[in-house]
Amino acid sequence: MTLIAETELQSFVLLRLGDRRFAVTANQIAELVAPSRVFRFPHRTPEVEGVILRRGRIVPVCDVAEKLIGNGLKSRRFYLITQRCYGAQTEWVALPVTGDCELINAEMTLPSDTDAPHVSGWLSHGGDVIEVLNLAALTPGPGEIVPSTAPLQPQEARS
Amino acid sequence: MRPNSPSKAPAPRTEQIILFRVSGQLFAVSSASVQEVRGVDSLSGAAKEISQPGLRKVKHLVRRGEYLVYVVNAAMHFGLPPAPPALVFVLRRTRTALLVDGIEKMTSMTRLQALPQAFCHEERAWYRGLTALDQTVVPVVKPDGFLTPEELFALDASLSQDADAEARRHEEDSAQSGQDTSSTQ
Repeated sequence: MTLIAETELQSFVLLRLGDRRFAVTANQIAELVAPSRVFRFPHRTPEVEGVILRRGRIVPVCDVAEKLIGNGLKSRRFYLITQRCYGAQTEWVALPVTGDCELINAEMTLPSDTDAPHVSGWLSHGGDVIEVLNLAALTPGPGEIVPSTAPLQPQEARS
Repeated sequence: MRPNSPSKAPAPRTEQIILFRVSGQLFAVSSASVQEVRGVDSLSGAAKEISQPGLRKVKHLVRRGEYLVYVVNAAMHFGLPPAPPALVFVLRRTRTALLVDGIEKMTSMTRLQALPQAFCHEERAWYRGLTALDQTVVPVVKPDGFLTPEELFALDASLSQDADAEARRHEEDSAQSGQDTSSTQ
């Protein structure tokens, strides 16, 4: 058996926040889009700055830079639209990023007990050690989700 | 021979809504939820002042038939900068009237998207969902989301305390006037 066969390569999308890069598993990415108008309205979830309209969907925008690099983004180049799981439901969440994103294949090292909750693993790529992000710990959501037996469907209601 | 007429797609169901402004922010409410729209001036005679510490958004109540309706300042409820309200919406099947700046327009929505789960605090009680209108996203308010059951309980309790205090004062005044009458005889 070769070394390649023994390792489990996975696809990741690398995103840039300021000087740092982070990774998200590729199967959690919907698309990368140019910044568009953020619609704001009153709410009490500080991690959400507003919503954007994308393909007829209303998508919340969460600036995770404050948590990850210690300060919010002054400029943004793209929105990386991720698929965030809430129990059995999946919803789109837009993460502002400051640079190009890159798709790579790499082997993930599992996190240790001392890692922050938003770290779901580590990658070694291009001489850097990169955090793989746990979107459920990084982006806001209800504390406890009761698993639903309903089939997975977009969160929409028709009047 | 007559050609087959093309089958028509069913028209999307629509809901009539009122777009209104509070401190410059646009909101929507189902027209069916609004029982009455009045100018604030028309309330001035009918409204009674109420003071509930910790619930500054409610300063008045009005009687509507057999019910007491609490008047909620929408700007304070949403944490928006204060703006002089011009209108009051009496909301159907609630004990709430809402002070707003004005009506933008009446229109209809064909689609209401549930509030994304990323919004996970009080706003879940405030909004039925979001709708996209003319390339703008507008939150659609829940008529019963302006006062929680706990807040209504506190307001009702405060009213009944006031009524008890008033009754006691009335009894004391009556007793005092009875004493005065007997002492003068």
